[in-house]
Amino acid sequence: METHSQQGARMSVAEQGHGWEDNAPAVGHILQPGLDISHKVILYLDDISVSFDGFKALNKLSLAIDAGELRCIIGPNGAGKTTMMDVITGKTRPDSGTCFFGQTLDLTRMTEPQIAHAGIGRKFQKPTVFENHTVFDNLELAMKADKRALVSLFARLDDVGRDRIADTLRLIRLDREADRKAGLLSHGQKQWLEIGMLLMQEPQLLLLDEPVAGMTDDETERTGELFKSLAGRHSLVVVEHDMAFIEQLGGKVTVLHEGSVLAEGGLAAVQADPRVIEVYLGR
Amino acid sequence: MKRFLIALLLCTLPALPARAALDPALVKQLAAEDSDARIAAIQKLGTSGDPDVLKVLKALASDSLMVTPDGRVFLMPEDKAFDAATGAEIDPVPAEYDAITINNRIRSELDNAIAGLRLLNPDRAVRLAAARELQSDPGIELVPVMGKALAKETDAEIRHLLRFALDQANLASPDAKLRLAAVRALGHDASPTTRGLLLPLTDPANEADAAVRQAATASVKAIESRLAIGDTLGQIFTGISLGSILLLAALGLAITYGVMGVINMAHGELLMVGAYAAYFMQGVFRSHLPAYADWYVVAAIPVSFLASALVGMALECTVIRWLYGRPLETLLATWGLSLILIQAARVLFGAQNVEVGNPAWMSGGVEVMAGLVLPWNRIVIIGFTLFVLALVWVLMQKTRLGLFVRAVTQNRAMAGCVGVPTARIDTLAFGLGAGIAGLGGLALSQVANVGPDMGQGYIVDSFMVVVLGGVGQLAGTVWAALGLGVLTKFLEGWTGAVIAKIVVLVIIIVFIQKRPQGLFALKGRFVEN
Amino acid sequence: MRTPVTLRFLGMLTRTGWIALALFAAITLVLLPVLHVYVPHDNPLHVSNYVITLGGKIMCYAVVAVAMDLIWGYAGILSLGHGVFFALGGYAFGMYLMRQIGTDGSYHSTLPDFMVFLDWKTLPWYWTGSDSFLWAMFLVLAVPALLAALFGFFAFRSRIRGVYFSIITQALTYAAMLFFFRNETGFGGNNGFTDFRRILGYDITSPEMRSTLFALSSLMLMLTLLLGRWLMTSKFGRVLTAIRDAESRVMFMGYNPLHYKLFIWTLSAMLCAVAGALYVPQVGIINPSEMSTANSIEIAIWAAVGGRGTLIGPVIGAALVNLSKSYFTVAFPDYWLFFLGALFVMVTLWLPEGVVGLWKRIRNRGRA
Repeated sequence: METHSQQGARMSVAEQGHGWEDNAPAVGHILQPGLDISHKVILYLDDISVSFDGFKALNKLSLAIDAGELRCIIGPNGAGKTTMMDVITGKTRPDSGTCFFGQTLDLTRMTEPQIAHAGIGRKFQKPTVFENHTVFDNLELAMKADKRALVSLFARLDDVGRDRIADTLRLIRLDREADRKAGLLSHGQKQWLEIGMLLMQEPQLLLLDEPVAGMTDDETERTGELFKSLAGRHSLVVVEHDMAFIEQLGGKVTVLHEGSVLAEGGLAAVQADPRVIEVYLGR
Repeated sequence: MKRFLIALLLCTLPALPARAALDPALVKQLAAEDSDARIAAIQKLGTSGDPDVLKVLKALASDSLMVTPDGRVFLMPEDKAFDAATGAEIDPVPAEYDAITINNRIRSELDNAIAGLRLLNPDRAVRLAAARELQSDPGIELVPVMGKALAKETDAEIRHLLRFALDQANLASPDAKLRLAAVRALGHDASPTTRGLLLPLTDPANEADAAVRQAATASVKAIESRLAIGDTLGQIFTGISLGSILLLAALGLAITYGVMGVINMAHGELLMVGAYAAYFMQGVFRSHLPAYADWYVVAAIPVSFLASALVGMALECTVIRWLYGRPLETLLATWGLSLILIQAARVLFGAQNVEVGNPAWMSGGVEVMAGLVLPWNRIVIIGFTLFVLALVWVLMQKTRLGLFVRAVTQNRAMAGCVGVPTARIDTLAFGLGAGIAGLGGLALSQVANVGPDMGQGYIVDSFMVVVLGGVGQLAGTVWAALGLGVLTKFLEGWTGAVIAKIVVLVIIIVFIQKRPQGLFALKGRFVEN
Repeated sequence: MRTPVTLRFLGMLTRTGWIALALFAAITLVLLPVLHVYVPHDNPLHVSNYVITLGGKIMCYAVVAVAMDLIWGYAGILSLGHGVFFALGGYAFGMYLMRQIGTDGSYHSTLPDFMVFLDWKTLPWYWTGSDSFLWAMFLVLAVPALLAALFGFFAFRSRIRGVYFSIITQALTYAAMLFFFRNETGFGGNNGFTDFRRILGYDITSPEMRSTLFALSSLMLMLTLLLGRWLMTSKFGRVLTAIRDAESRVMFMGYNPLHYKLFIWTLSAMLCAVAGALYVPQVGIINPSEMSTANSIEIAIWAAVGGRGTLIGPVIGAALVNLSKSYFTVAFPDYWLFFLGALFVMVTLWLPEGVVGLWKRIRNRGRA
């Protein structure tokens, strides 16, 4: 059995920066489709607008995330953070603008499952796990595999997969809860389970909507450590309100306001920006 | 009506003033052996335009014109005899006489002649009745008398009728010019009958004159296009009428389902309760207030509303309340309630349909244009729908209850926090929806069968209307109901009722594929939650 | 630790499960048919026509209930239109049964009686081949499957779910019923098909044929249960319940719910159709009222009474409800609807997990 740190190492093998498809492990893993990140940018949002009955949820939003980057997004309620994630994951179609994953994949033309397959994983604001399934089943369902309906009729879990699930269970500290129903977990545990499920998907880009809401300070700190260890191999976009957590993560910060980018930069610089202060403190 | 007028006429006969004598030879000819001779006499007397002839011809028609063996013709309405030519009383009554018998050919000539004479009667009602009788197949021999009557006539309605009869008679005129004029004049009409009259004249086999044929073709076309307009208007009207019924059936559902999110499969049975309440009121009025029996419908408005509202509130308190937030379970439970209500109606009122009559003031209709009659009961229901719609609008927009209902709809928890008694509001709102269904049932009782199963037929339709209109959108419900009504009626013209219904359902299913949120969609990230 | 398919198959049921299944098979495939055919009428061990027919009927209903549960209990999709698939299967096989009457009808024509009555001279095109048993079998599966796949594809693609889906399926069966009520549709109008004589040349009312149909219904039920068990213990089943509980999560994990739903929906429709085809020769009639909205909703209550999300529950539910129906409609015809209505209400209010859930609760309490 692998230890915690070996798990981390293995994941780094799977997704090292150059040509992702070269390092697929021998068994049980499907090749990552080639993703062209030759310009070091994994996600481009360009001039995206979304409106709901006249209300502009996103207003000419442009944003670029570099491969391996850990980006934090902050902004007051209604700034368009969740809508932005909806656009990236295909849940909402933008009225105008383009959204590219790597250089070639136009996300605005893809369905949710296609986008997930391409390598974007999403954690919802409200932790969404399968409450009637065991923790183990939750991870198994999330695991990267051939997810077509007819294949799933005859799919069997092999040893490699079993090990991967065991590793992830330890990573998210739920190994003792493996056979409990997910619905019985605490709020923080559900958050972790969902993060674990994201990791099982082996995505290149993780979208995390308020991942530490409802966690204890201790859990929050561990989550921060986990995210930092994932950065570099994965790209992460974290939407959070918890400034201490953002400070811990230490990445670049983007401030959204009324559907477009208000400021971008280091946390300290952003916090000193008078426009940001005005938005947060009111006028 | 016609019989009444004749009776009236006969009553006035003895009171007529003494008059100038008729041509005795013609009068005598009425008793001739030869039918042709008698017809000639009738025609000549008729065309004379002398109103006094009427009495004689009437007597001939009612077998009270007598002839003595020596050829003296006299009238004997009762037991007195009057000379036919002079009108003088013959006293004593001749000892030997026979009634002049007539055959069918003579009778029809006689009828035309009498009608012609009545056209000159001073009484407007008599002239109008006569002109009406001439609308179908007036004889060519009446042209002179009709012309005379038309020249004297001042009443617009009678003139219109007479003009039409004259044109119609002239179609058979031997004079091509008259035919042409008639054909052209008739082209301004818009009835299928006229079209039928003109159609033979477009055929060279019946009409020798090319100009007349051409004019006839043009006139037929003009009539047909006018008929098509009338037809379309008629279909739109029946469509709106059906739509208003659908709307009444669906409006309550739009409140309970659309606004409160309760899937009430027993909604059809709340319609049924309303309809039975109307039946009950009809019984009460018939046995206790027979003089006002026709007004039971008005009294049934509050009764139907309350009956259904009470049943609805009882359902809400006992069952539906415990199932909020579980739509599929609500659906099944309310279906069970609908079965219970149906069976209860069977036990209480019998399994057969009951008879609910239209009040007299709702029968008949108004003729808007030729070939387009709008029945009163449909008009009343459309008006009633507007009334109910206004009622719902006022209740939802202008009252405290409506405000509370809208508040609870938008945010139940918050509404509860600011002191809205959410449980009571749910009950009342459900009662309101149910009561509206009761009013729908009252309306249905006037146009459809009332029986225990009546609600089942409406549940699918009502849901389709609400879903099509967009859940929670009362305006959408209105448009969806009217749209479906008109669409159904137009399709029925093409395909027959059953296929039309299937096609409409398929169209709705396809439409909902395209716009799952209905016609009036709410958009945004909160929709799915 | 790869498990071969056979092992996986054996592992589907517990030891007790397999024994129960074998016992059921022995009784319905051997014991009851033998008692029906070979034991004389006056012997108290004789199993009557009534029992065999009722049993066969209920097993057909049980198949439908399990099919309903596959989509409702496991995938969370409540169909109020399953009656249409059941009836289509019945009609497809009914066409064959009508042709088997041959010239023995009241008009002694080769055409079915209702066509003679409508003054039709030849069979409509869609009756072509209906005299072939194999073609009839094909139609039984293909027509409902095609309808279900088409309808399901469009409905699931548009993400119609929940109550919306239920109501649209209700409209579907309602439209189908209206369509079959028409005489011109060519399926006997409101009288439907009846007066069947033979299947494959054998007398349909003979004890042997009744027993065969009874045994086939039982076989179908057991196969349906095993199929259901296979599905629900596979990853497919877990994805399906995941879709029921959190569809968007499943989508963002890279599964396409459309395919999963469409597969189980179409399969469920086909199971219903086979049940319908077995049902029609046993009850001797099929008419459009099988497509009435009330019938389809009743199927849901069978599953609910027994216990949704379990496979044995719907079987128990179908049996309980239909046995009560047989009893009530004879003993207290006026009260059957009251009973059924109350059942709908009580099960949803107090027994959300049905009889099976109740039994589990009692057992757990006993243990605790």
